[in-house]
Amino acid sequence: MPKKPETVLDARALDRTLRRMADQIVELNSGTDALVLVGIQRRGVQLAERIVRMIATQEGPTIPCGALDITLYRDDLQTVGPRPVVGATYLPWTLDDQNVVIVDDVLYTGRTVRAALDELADFGRPARIALAVLIDRGGRELPIHADVVGRKVDVSSGQRVDVFIDELDGRDEVVIASRNSED
Amino acid sequence: MAGSLGKDLLGLADLSADQIRLVLDTAVPFREISERQIKKVPTLRGMTIVNLFFEPSTRTRISFEFAEKRLSADTVNVAVAGSSVSKGETLVDTARNLEAMKIDMVVVRHPASGAARFLAERIESNVINAGDGTHEHPTQGLLDLLTLRDKFGDLTGKRICICGDVLHSRVARSNIWGLTKLGAEVGVCGPRSLLPNAIGEMGVTVFDRIEDAIQWADALNILRLQLERMQGGYIPSLREYNRVFGVTRARLDAAPRDLLILHPGPMNRGVEIDSDVADGPHSVILNQVTNGVAVRMAVLYLLAGGRPELAEAAKRGAP
Amino acid sequence: MSSNISSASSRDLLLRGGRIVDPSQGLDAIGDVLMRGGLIEACGGSLTAPDGADVIDVSGLVVAPGLIDVHVHLREPGREDVETVATGAHAAAAGGFTAVCAMPNTRPVTDNQATVGFVKRQGEAAGFARVYPYGAISVSQKGETLAELGEMVGAGAVAFSDDGRPVESAHLMRTALEYARAFNVPVAEHCEDMSLARGGSMNEGLMSAKLGLKGIPAEAEEIYVIRDILLARRTGGHIHLCHLSTKGSVELVRWGKERGVNVTAEVCSHHLSLTEQAVDGYNTNAKMNPPLRTETDIEALKEGLADGTIDLLVTDHAPHHYDEKEREFADAPNGIVGLETALGVNCTYLLHPGVLSMSQMIDAMSCKPARVFHLPGGTLARGSIGDVSVFDPSRVWTVDAARFKSKGRNTPYGGHELTGQARMTIVGGRVVYRAET
Repeated sequence: MPKKPETVLDARALDRTLRRMADQIVELNSGTDALVLVGIQRRGVQLAERIVRMIATQEGPTIPCGALDITLYRDDLQTVGPRPVVGATYLPWTLDDQNVVIVDDVLYTGRTVRAALDELADFGRPARIALAVLIDRGGRELPIHADVVGRKVDVSSGQRVDVFIDELDGRDEVVIASRNSED
Repeated sequence: MAGSLGKDLLGLADLSADQIRLVLDTAVPFREISERQIKKVPTLRGMTIVNLFFEPSTRTRISFEFAEKRLSADTVNVAVAGSSVSKGETLVDTARNLEAMKIDMVVVRHPASGAARFLAERIESNVINAGDGTHEHPTQGLLDLLTLRDKFGDLTGKRICICGDVLHSRVARSNIWGLTKLGAEVGVCGPRSLLPNAIGEMGVTVFDRIEDAIQWADALNILRLQLERMQGGYIPSLREYNRVFGVTRARLDAAPRDLLILHPGPMNRGVEIDSDVADGPHSVILNQVTNGVAVRMAVLYLLAGGRPELAEAAKRGAP
Repeated sequence: MSSNISSASSRDLLLRGGRIVDPSQGLDAIGDVLMRGGLIEACGGSLTAPDGADVIDVSGLVVAPGLIDVHVHLREPGREDVETVATGAHAAAAGGFTAVCAMPNTRPVTDNQATVGFVKRQGEAAGFARVYPYGAISVSQKGETLAELGEMVGAGAVAFSDDGRPVESAHLMRTALEYARAFNVPVAEHCEDMSLARGGSMNEGLMSAKLGLKGIPAEAEEIYVIRDILLARRTGGHIHLCHLSTKGSVELVRWGKERGVNVTAEVCSHHLSLTEQAVDGYNTNAKMNPPLRTETDIEALKEGLADGTIDLLVTDHAPHHYDEKEREFADAPNGIVGLETALGVNCTYLLHPGVLSMSQMIDAMSCKPARVFHLPGGTLARGSIGDVSVFDPSRVWTVDAARFKSKGRNTPYGGHELTGQARMTIVGGRVVYRAET
């Protein structure tokens, strides 16, 4: 029997969480030098942009913010059926010797991050790459770990975590719902 | 199950407007890949693509080859001089041999109209028509559409005039079908001896004089005039063709607006198009070439739809 | 069945209770037909079976004078891999035909008395439908010099043609028409202006523009139609126009007949039932010359048949090997088989829709071919040859090329449902074909 959807983060909590994540990212980097944020399409991009704004408010500099679409690097491309839409990748500066922080909304199996690492490798050689996610829901299938986590949640495989953000969905909310016919 | 384009890309007459838009939309992110330092994504890794060219072609074949390699596919180029009949091996046998070698996709260019469909009906591999006789050249049509869309945005109501030997041109046909489906107004301009007799039924406006076409159009797609047409008695001479139908700087200066200039290439400078037009500020001929690789990558990506056995191969090789 | 047709059948044959339709006698009534010694002994009414006669009940079927197809390609000599006189004659019988005229574009060309005689003897040896050879108009059909028309008539040729090609020289056609007058045989022309048609593989129109195939305009045929009508007018010769396919051609023949020119014309079953749409998808089994045209042309051809402007129905039966047709469209050879589908197509598209009456259809398939080409038969009058076609105009069947008696399988009607089928074919008083199912 499907459980009623449960709100994990409401708008204020989400904002608070992102603020903390922004501070943690700067702390991890010991400042803003050589720091580059790269959001993963789709919602990771908007989250990264918000974090960059928060860092600018707090620290001053507006650090570079890029977007990465990993569709073409997915390992399940051949089985997924009708072709997924490919989004935009925007990384106009060199990544060599930069400290890149990948930003995504949900960390689950880790395959998306693996694809992102592959793709970033084709763009250059960062000094280091860290991972910041809004939600870590466990269930890793690869040895991937997040350096900055907004909230850890415990969900079964029969459930999914939906992240809604104002820029795309009209509201800010993170919800746990039961998995329906498609994910 | 193949992607939303079906198993093959044989022509734009077979595609819906939505499918055409899907290809154009998909091509945009692929353009960006060609601007990276490492111009490669692993998407078609493990796939074998054969470029089967029965007609000589440099630019189209190279464009496809770049598209294939940038998607990490393995490519094989097969150039067959002359028709399969004269060579002795029939098209059917060529098709079956390829299939027996377990290739995934064939990009085929052939001098006979219908040859791409002939192959597609007989092999399971995806077949992409790179030009069959005078029938269609769908990827050229698509890259022309993308180039126009880049400049104009929505193509609805935009006036595009195709100039030259429409009768013998597969590029013209693909353009007519594609532009019409996206809501553009299509015109053709050329000597009537080089227009199909039934052109009046193809939904286009016919201009007998290039000056009239220039007054009407927002963009000109100028076709290459082939030397054989003169020898076939369709026009008296190339010189006359340029004098009467050539797109020259002077003629364009008389236009009421700035016309976009397209040409599928290779150009006969001084025949259908003058150099100062080809190299001028409104020429998007080089953009067409860039878009060609992106469009072809998009087509390959969309056709190579879900196949479980490939996923296994990719996963085995994945880091 | 290997016995010689020309020898008289030993037993009398009585066909009982069929619907006898013989336009030559103005006959359309239920009755019996009796054959003796290979000839028609009596026709009509209720007849008593003589002792020892074979009696066959044909009630519910149509009994007609044997159908004659004056335009078929039997490919022998030269292309026996694709058809022989025997397999072609068998296919004809299976289609309800008691006689066919075989075109001379063989290898070597049937342009001399030896080859004419050969074709004739092959037909006699096969023992199915009668085979009357055509002779070529010009040597090797090259359109340069006249072939020995007189000698060929002596060996059994019933008409002349360079079919497959037009006679490009008006002078040569004029000469042929004049010269052939001595032998009272028709000169048949394949009307095609090569300078307009060369390289074409289908009708010129919107479809050819879409498919990117060079088209053959209607005028390519019409130019030669009017040319030959004018030459027939000047020479007093008999011009027979093969496989007309356009509205314009019908109008021109009407013009010629109104002025008393000795012009006759034929039309193929496929040109009355299929349009250029059948080519869609590059279907080489819909590729022939002249090509399939448009609805407008079909309407005009039907009108022409109904008002007698067009005299005969034919098939232009042209078998090709599967491999030859399994090619790029422009490279595939022209031609489709037709002997085993013609009756079905004609009934389905002409008889049942009321374009032709039963009498008119049989007239166009039997009586007129015999008259125009001066052949025996085309009638069930007493003393005439015992060639009879028995068919069921209401029988529904699906075309299955794999069951053809012809070696050729190249038909556009594969899988089509037709209404009308040959049930029994009798040549010289002997049953040479009987439907199995």
